[in-house]
Amino acid sequence: MNLFLDALAWIFSPDRLSGSNAILMRLAEHLYFTIISVAIAAAIAIPVGYLIGHTGRGRELAVGISGAARALPSFGLILLLVTIMGVLQVQAAAIIAFVILGIPSILAGAYAGLEAVDRRTIDAARGIGMTEWQILWKVEIPLGLPLLIGGLRNATLQVVATVTLAAYVALGGLGFGIIQGLALRRFDQMLGSAILIAVLALVLDGLFALIQRAVVPHGVTAAQGSGSLLPRRRALT
Amino acid sequence: MNWIVNNLDLIWELTIQHVRLSIPPIVLGFIFSIPIGWFAYRFKLTRGLILTVAGLLYTIPSLAMFVILPAVLGISLLSELNVTIALTVYAVAILARSVADALASVDPAVRESATAVGFSSFRRFWRVELPLAGPVILAGLRVAAVSTVALVTVGILIGVQSLGYLFTNGQQRGIVAEILAGVVMTMVVALVIDAVLVVLGRILLPWARMPSSPVREAPPFPPVALFAHPISPGQGQGQP
Repeated sequence: MNLFLDALAWIFSPDRLSGSNAILMRLAEHLYFTIISVAIAAAIAIPVGYLIGHTGRGRELAVGISGAARALPSFGLILLLVTIMGVLQVQAAAIIAFVILGIPSILAGAYAGLEAVDRRTIDAARGIGMTEWQILWKVEIPLGLPLLIGGLRNATLQVVATVTLAAYVALGGLGFGIIQGLALRRFDQMLGSAILIAVLALVLDGLFALIQRAVVPHGVTAAQGSGSLLPRRRALT
Repeated sequence: MNWIVNNLDLIWELTIQHVRLSIPPIVLGFIFSIPIGWFAYRFKLTRGLILTVAGLLYTIPSLAMFVILPAVLGISLLSELNVTIALTVYAVAILARSVADALASVDPAVRESATAVGFSSFRRFWRVELPLAGPVILAGLRVAAVSTVALVTVGILIGVQSLGYLFTNGQQRGIVAEILAGVVMTMVVALVIDAVLVVLGRILLPWARMPSSPVREAPPFPPVALFAHPISPGQGQGQP
């Protein structure tokens, strides 16, 4: 347990307020890259996911792309892009890598959210005279929101983890403490940074869990059980 | 491309090493997740606890896990054992939920019939419930296997050799082909292991292909869970 005391002492040392291991600065870097990357990934993946979910077309393609992306080693992708684009473009290269890694989860969340909507609900909406556009905005998107948030949650955690690895290419972030600690053989610094990274991931995960709960429309409390989270395959229109 | 042609031996050697590192966490994760998943399925109290802990563990980024685990377990940071244990933890975190969901998906009528014809609960589990849960567990196992193969590469940061060596070495030397070879070979290893699992599933679970009525069909694995973060603790995903 001494190791953990040392790590806590490292975290709460006054030296952490400034310098190369200033925790707030490293945290800000970490969040900056995470938020910007997830936002770009969402701007790309949500419209495409909704198109696939609403029309039912291109589903196989999306599943295939997402499946292949899961096998993509994130650390390799960052180093590949950084090496191709050059040292001067490290930030841009890393953000492109984060965006690529964030897209599959969000895409899946978006189209799975729409697919999970009960076919009869959509027929009912059409039956009372809603246009396709109204069905999308007033029925499918609100009902699919919890799964979309779930996708954003997965993407965010993936990106937080990958930003940690990006410290290897001098991008900063909380991973810096681990990479530098490895080189300097300073275990208190490594463990302190690792704890901060784990806490960051857990806090973000918890935030998304709360949002996910909050966006469930009032009318669907009955469907809150696990059943509502399992997408039902929709008949293709 | 010259680099690849001149270094085929190195790439091959690292690929073998990568496969060697990938298999123990997948196998151990599978073995441990059966009893853990059963506990989560069987008792309401343990279900919430196990699935929450699994979700939280899966949330911790891999590099942080590689640093925290040795401190908790008192093992060496720069060791293969560390990587094996960390990746086993991730695999169990993914699979515990799959096993619990899979067991819950077994038709209660089948369970009752098995009891009625005289199966003890122990034999019923091994002879009836587990085989019928097989296809859903296999879906989870494929997710765990592919993510394990990808995560092995991170081990290079703590000095454990794998195809990840081609990433760091290629980056330091500025050889794009070397990094690309590492990325492509990692994906090939993942796809080959995935294919092996599919074939094993076909051989060991022939009933998975039998047509069944839509009502009885095992619930599809949630698509969201098919990606990098298969566990959604909010429903009840996570990380490298």
